[in-house]
Amino acid sequence: MSELTRLTLKGALDGLKAKQYSSTELTEAFIGAIEKANPALNAYVLTTFDKAREMAGESDRRLKAGEGRALEGAPLGIKDLFCTRGVRTTACSGILDTFVPPYESTVTQNLWDDGAVMLGKLNMDEFAMGSSNETSHWGPVTNPWKSNASNAPLTPGGSSGGSASAVAADLCLAATASDTGGSIRQPAAFTGTVGIKPTYGRASRYGMVAFASSLDQAGPITKTVEDAAIMLQSMCSHDAKDSTSLTQPLPDFSSFVGKSVKGLRIGIPDEYRLDGIPAEIDALWEQGIQWLKDAGAEIVRISLPNTKYALPCYYIVAPAEASSNLARYDGMRFGHRTEAATGLTDTYELSRSEGFGAEVKRRIMIGTYVLSAGFYDAYYVKALKVRRRIAEDFVNAWNSCDVILTPATPSAAFQLGDTEKAADPVQMYLNDVFTVTTNLAGLPGMSVPAGLDSKGLPLGLQVIGKALDEGTTLAVGSVLEKAAGFTHKPAQWW
Amino acid sequence: MAIDVATVRKVASLSRLRESDERLESLAGQLNGILGWIEQLNEVDVSDVQPMTSCVEMTQPLREDVVSDGDKVADVVSNAPKTIDGFFIVPKVVE
Repeated sequence: MSELTRLTLKGALDGLKAKQYSSTELTEAFIGAIEKANPALNAYVLTTFDKAREMAGESDRRLKAGEGRALEGAPLGIKDLFCTRGVRTTACSGILDTFVPPYESTVTQNLWDDGAVMLGKLNMDEFAMGSSNETSHWGPVTNPWKSNASNAPLTPGGSSGGSASAVAADLCLAATASDTGGSIRQPAAFTGTVGIKPTYGRASRYGMVAFASSLDQAGPITKTVEDAAIMLQSMCSHDAKDSTSLTQPLPDFSSFVGKSVKGLRIGIPDEYRLDGIPAEIDALWEQGIQWLKDAGAEIVRISLPNTKYALPCYYIVAPAEASSNLARYDGMRFGHRTEAATGLTDTYELSRSEGFGAEVKRRIMIGTYVLSAGFYDAYYVKALKVRRRIAEDFVNAWNSCDVILTPATPSAAFQLGDTEKAADPVQMYLNDVFTVTTNLAGLPGMSVPAGLDSKGLPLGLQVIGKALDEGTTLAVGSVLEKAAGFTHKPAQWW
Repeated sequence: MAIDVATVRKVASLSRLRESDERLESLAGQLNGILGWIEQLNEVDVSDVQPMTSCVEMTQPLREDVVSDGDKVADVVSNAPKTIDGFFIVPKVVE
C-alpha cells in the first residue's frame, strides 16, 4: 500500500488511466497513511474520508467509462484557507472554529471539476499569518524531516505548513496552498517539496479566506515540478467572481517542463547576498548557478536596489489589508460570538479577543495603527510608494535577464518552539526575506528542492519569473530539479 | 517614535480588541520593535512616486447591473450565532 502513496501526481494519474489500480485503492492507501501519521504530524485538521471514498467511487466509474478528466481520481489535500461547501473551513482560527461555508472556492471547484478527490483540510498558520505554522488554532504541524544532529521536532514552515508536511510525508499526491509573503515557497523549501506561486490574478481568490488581498495568491505544493504544472493548470482560471482575476489565456504549463534553457539569461541579484546567511545557502546558490550554466543558460549580474525595504514594506501593507479584511469577524453574522457580553461594543471586543490568536491580534493592531489618522501618510502611503519602487526594480531587471535565481529561505527548517524567534516578531518575519518581493510585485515564484544541509535538512532554490511567465519559471525549475536529482525522503519515524 | 501603553490601548479600541493591561504593556514593546524596524523605509526617496495599490495593470471589469445571484437567505444565515426567521439577532443597539 505504501508504494501507492509514494507516487507522484503524474505517476498516479498515468497508473489510474492504465487501470493499474483504482482511485478507490489509491484513496484507501492515503487514508491508511493519514491515520498512521497524522497524530504525530498534525498536518490535517479535518479529514473527509467518507467524501473521499464517494468521490473516488465516482472517479472509478468515469475512468471505467473512459471519461476521465485531467485530475480524475487523484487524492489531494486542501489548505484550510479554501472554502469548501458543506465542509468545515476555519483558516485555522478560533473565530471560525465551526464555520461551514455554503459555497465553494473557485480554486477547489476547478479541482473537483477536473475529477480530484478531497482527503481533508490541511493545517496552516491562523489566517495564513506566520512562518512556522505555530499560530494555528489547531496546534503546530511537525515537519516530517528531522535533523541528523537531534531528535527535536522541526517546523515545516508556514503558513502552508500542513500542505508541505502532507506532501513531504506522502499523505496526499499534492496540496493546495497560498502565498502572501512566501507561504508556499518557504514551507516547500523546508520540506523538500516544490511550491509555486503564480502571477497575481492567475488563480481566483473567490472563496479563499482573505488575509491581504493585494498580495494573496493560491498555488500548489507538489512532489515534482511536473506535478506543479499539472496542479497549476487546474487551479488557475479567469473568474468573474474575483475582480482582480486576469483574463489572459493559460498556456499549457506542462509543455514547459523539461524545456531547454539554452541561451536564457538568468539574473543573479547582488542584493540577495545578505550578511549572516549560512555559508551552505550561498554554496547552494552557487551550485544552482553552475547547473544552469551547464545547461546552456547565460548568467547575468543584476541589481534590485530596493530589496532590503521589501519586508518592512510588506509589514505595513499586509497588516493594513488584514485589519480591514478581518473587520468582518464581529460576532454578528458568522463566527464566534462571546457569551460574556451584553452591549454591542462589548460583544465586538470580547468576541474578537476570544476568537483571534496573539499573532493575528498583533497584526490587526499594526494595521489599525498605520492606517489611523496622523500615521496614514507616514506609514501606509509611504509603503505603497516603496512598493512601486520594488516593482520597478524588477521591470528594470527584465531588460537584462529573463528569469531570476535566488535562495528560497535564509536557513533550513528550525525547531518548533524556537524561543528566540517567538520573542522577537521581527526575527520570525525575516524568514520571508527572499520570497516577499515577488508578492509585492505580483510575480510568479517557485521553490525547488536543491540539496541537503550538513544536518541532512532540505534546502530550496527560488526561481522568479516575469509577470504571466510561469512557463519559463517552470522550465528553469525543471532544469534545477533534474540537475539536483533530489530524491531524498524523510525517514518514517511516525 | 515610541508607542506608550495609552496609545496601544487606543489602537486596541479602534481595532475592536480588548487586551489586559499586562498584554498591552508587552504589545507596546513588540509594536515599538516592529515600527522601529519599519522606520528604515524613510531611507527610500519616494518623491514623485505614485502609491501602488495594485500589482496588475487592468481596468475594473464591469457587468450588467442585474441580479446574478440571490434567494439564499438560508445560506446567508447558516453560520450566524443567533437567528430568527431568516434574520440575524444582534445585541440591543439603542437604549
